[in-house]
Amino acid sequence: MPWIEADESVPLTLSVNGVSHHLDVDARVTLLDALREHLQLTGTKKGCDHGQCGACTVLVNGRRINSCLSLAVMHRADEITTIEGLGTPDALHPLQAAFVETDGFQCGYCTSGQICSAIGMLDEWRAGWPSHAGAGAGPARTIDAAEIRERMSGNLCRCAAYPRIVEAITRYAAGEGAEA
Amino acid sequence: MIAFDYIRPGDAAEALQAAAERPGARFIAGGTNLLDLMKLGIERPRHLVDIGGLDLRTVSETPDGGLRIGALVSNAELAAHPLVRDRYPVLSQAILAGASGQLRNKATTGGNLLQRTRCYYFYDPASPCNKREPGSGCAALGGFNRIMAILGTSAHCIASHPSDMAVAMRALDARVETRLPEGTTGDRKLDTLYRLPGTTPHIEHTLAPGELITAVLLPPPVPGRHHYRKVRDRASYAFALVSVAAVVAVEDGRITQAALAFGGIGTMPWRDRAAEELLVGATPGQDLFERCADAVLARAQGHGGNDFKIPLLRRTLVACLTDLTEDAR
Repeated sequence: MPWIEADESVPLTLSVNGVSHHLDVDARVTLLDALREHLQLTGTKKGCDHGQCGACTVLVNGRRINSCLSLAVMHRADEITTIEGLGTPDALHPLQAAFVETDGFQCGYCTSGQICSAIGMLDEWRAGWPSHAGAGAGPARTIDAAEIRERMSGNLCRCAAYPRIVEAITRYAAGEGAEA
Repeated sequence: MIAFDYIRPGDAAEALQAAAERPGARFIAGGTNLLDLMKLGIERPRHLVDIGGLDLRTVSETPDGGLRIGALVSNAELAAHPLVRDRYPVLSQAILAGASGQLRNKATTGGNLLQRTRCYYFYDPASPCNKREPGSGCAALGGFNRIMAILGTSAHCIASHPSDMAVAMRALDARVETRLPEGTTGDRKLDTLYRLPGTTPHIEHTLAPGELITAVLLPPPVPGRHHYRKVRDRASYAFALVSVAAVVAVEDGRITQAALAFGGIGTMPWRDRAAEELLVGATPGQDLFERCADAVLARAQGHGGNDFKIPLLRRTLVACLTDLTEDAR
């Protein structure tokens, strides 16, 4: 691939929630802005835009990242999953349902990031990835609140709904999550 | 963010050539630090060479029994790697003590080494900062300097290095493998990757223009217990106020091996070999650990808001050494 000059736009195909989208964007456009402003997938939220709050969390090839700190042009070969790809209002993802059941939010702005992050986090847990909370991870163990809090520390909730966010993730992990 | 030219080469040779073609070009990997700073206008690269497509994502054993870590191995993958957890647990612990799950998935080994300070004044374009704008002054010296360094500082800069990973790598005697534009390879101790601020705090490392970090090399593991102890303002997802990476072995009641490196206190990931030499051959105990702290802190200088780091580092080091040697005494 040759240099793309600063005044040129970048033709780009992004695969989001299983659908290929053709875009023509400035190289400065972040993955977050491509999703929200170009593809109208506004479920992913912009909070701080600096990787500090986690509201923009999406899954790239199954791994959670801050979409605000990545350029759209870097994701030509990737499969991106946003909250819109997890569930719909008529068919909630079980983790979305758990957030509703436990009232795991107040204003809801951080929620899609919390949910995408938790999906990625539980995959990391099942893969046996360690954490600063120190307990060993793995499919044989049920994740506890200390592990969830540590592993979810990149997702802030200004309403401080943390106890019920932890409850929602715990319920989901004990049910659907354990079967995955 | 100012506009930039962009290229995504397929291999290292192409990346080096691209960077050589356009002077001032910067390599970008995970982007978690560079993009953040570009949004704020603090970093203003005109040319970006995206190295995300390079084949530098493997961790492999070296013939001498050490480890070769590709520059693009993510922080998350490195911390979870079985060989790292088994043979270099201090490195896994240090990485997991930093950033968030999302950032660790994106941040790379090479990028982590080169991340820039989180000094508030560096991040604030309205403040003087010799690192951001050489010759403009240092607002941190007489300002709110709670997070700043107490060792390696100069009258021009007191910004602390933010990495946890690099602290563990210093304790492990890591080496940095590079490739230069002319096609040659470079190999340097991590100790010599970094520069003290002196009168040129804007020059932070010894890499030549267009020189690309391709791997970090760890020597064979040394015997001993590993521990990374980090003290910060909240329990997770915060930079270190002080941290200690320690690898210590005790045999027959005496310390036979000690490697100590420190985060949060230095203008670069800090190591003090004189303090280590004091431990080797000695019987572990409170007095010895206090003398070790004396050695580390002999030239420490507080700047008002960060004076507390001097006693905090002492206590953290003593606690860490106590933990590591307790059942051997």
